[in-house]
Amino acid sequence: MGNENKPMKLAYYPGCTLKNQATNFDVSTVSSMAKLDVEVEELDRWNCCGTVHALDSDNVMNRVAPITNMIRVKEAQAKTEGMASEFMTSCAMCYNTLKRANIDVKQRADALETINNLLYLEKTKYEGDVEVLHLLEYLRDRVGFDNLAKKVTKPLKGLRVASYYGCLLVRPKEVAFDDVENPMVMENLIRALGATPVEFSHKTECCGAYQTVDKPEVIADRTDKIMGAASEEQADMVVVSCPLCAFNLDYRQDDAKRLNPDFQNMPVLYFTQLMALAFGCDESALRFDLQHIDPLPALKARGLA
Amino acid sequence: MDTTLRITSARAGSSFVANIEKVSGQKLLACYQCGKCSAGCPMAAHMDVLPNQMIRMAQLGMQEQLLATRSIWMCVSCLTCNSRCPKGIKIAEVIEALRKAALNTGQRNDHLHVMELSAEARAVLPPIAMIGAMRKLTS
Ligand code: SF4
Ligand code: SF4
Ligand code: SF4
Ligand code: SF4
Repeated sequence: MGNENKPMKLAYYPGCTLKNQATNFDVSTVSSMAKLDVEVEELDRWNCCGTVHALDSDNVMNRVAPITNMIRVKEAQAKTEGMASEFMTSCAMCYNTLKRANIDVKQRADALETINNLLYLEKTKYEGDVEVLHLLEYLRDRVGFDNLAKKVTKPLKGLRVASYYGCLLVRPKEVAFDDVENPMVMENLIRALGATPVEFSHKTECCGAYQTVDKPEVIADRTDKIMGAASEEQADMVVVSCPLCAFNLDYRQDDAKRLNPDFQNMPVLYFTQLMALAFGCDESALRFDLQHIDPLPALKARGLA
Repeated sequence: MDTTLRITSARAGSSFVANIEKVSGQKLLACYQCGKCSAGCPMAAHMDVLPNQMIRMAQLGMQEQLLATRSIWMCVSCLTCNSRCPKGIKIAEVIEALRKAALNTGQRNDHLHVMELSAEARAVLPPIAMIGAMRKLTS
């Protein structure tokens, strides 16, 4: 952490789902960062990143929305003392899309020029000079899990947690900040919070993503397999970093149960909610009421609620 | 589905193959059909043609058959195949190019009909799901 006692300022990109269904992810992110003495400042006028990264070569149009956000970061930095030319997001999808667009324009001067030309009404030009950070990466590399552990007032003793990374934190390799096949950053966070990370064979197995919109039966199958693997390890819950993973693994458990009557319901939390809990934040920072599967019975069973 | 085909060099050298290679930025002939992409694909159980077969069909210029598959709409760009292909082929990019080709045909029929979703579905689905689906399944 910084040498001065002043809290650090970190630009924050919440993304649209954290401002809608996933309010619990937003408030737990901001509250737990405050406990770590990091002052999170939401960007002014951020816009949706566009969700999925377009894979066709030469696609400049779909990079415009993500790159506009880089300009917002530069504007925030220009008027805020102690803010670096970087920003943090806790949504894995936003992270992936913003980071890939950023890598892309840094490598392709012609694409960057086209985008700046399209954004001619902006006063600030983007020059590839902003860094995109995921919150997990920030916690590991800037805060440090040893420092983080010192802020724990309510160690999550005995709680068995399976870490689900899905796709977007580990693929493609250029955006991954951990091992592509066997990432451990969330397990290390869970350990720092006093809980017990469990082995999880399905931690980077995709949940089916947006197919949930019109093919819930496909997601039911994915959720059955992924959550079933966590059940086999006697996990009390699964933690995630993406509101789409959360929706599929939590809300679609009803569909999984219809598909497989032996399916065991299990709560799904954001990793930030687990942090806020261990830091002693109150219910307004946790918003467990937004969870489809209530985590309170599992927490009570471990004497944590 | 009928996959019998008379292989001709004209077909493999067709403008369709060239277009898929250009849009995806991939060299289709690099694939030697090891099958690793299909082995790890989380959507394989819900596909009618497996990822390695899609690459084979693309090499051979099987335009009509490919664009009629359920598979091009099932792939969710999770990139598991890309990260494991021993030849470094970005299969997901090839499939994206196929989706684009299908959406760009005159007889476009989007694979997501938002107005047919139930009121319940529209109420609970988060923006991240809706925007993702619209980006991938409509044009
Ligand atoms: S990924 Fe999502 S939540 Fe994040 S901004 Fe884009 S659509 Fe919105
Ligand atoms: S697991 Fe599902 S929602 Fe999550 S990152 Fe993969 S596709 Fe996305
Ligand atoms: S993994 Fe690569 S080489 Fe093997 S079949 Fe798939 S595309 Fe071809
Ligand atoms: S990107 Fe598509 S084809 Fe490749 S593994 Fe994922 S779903 Fe399967």
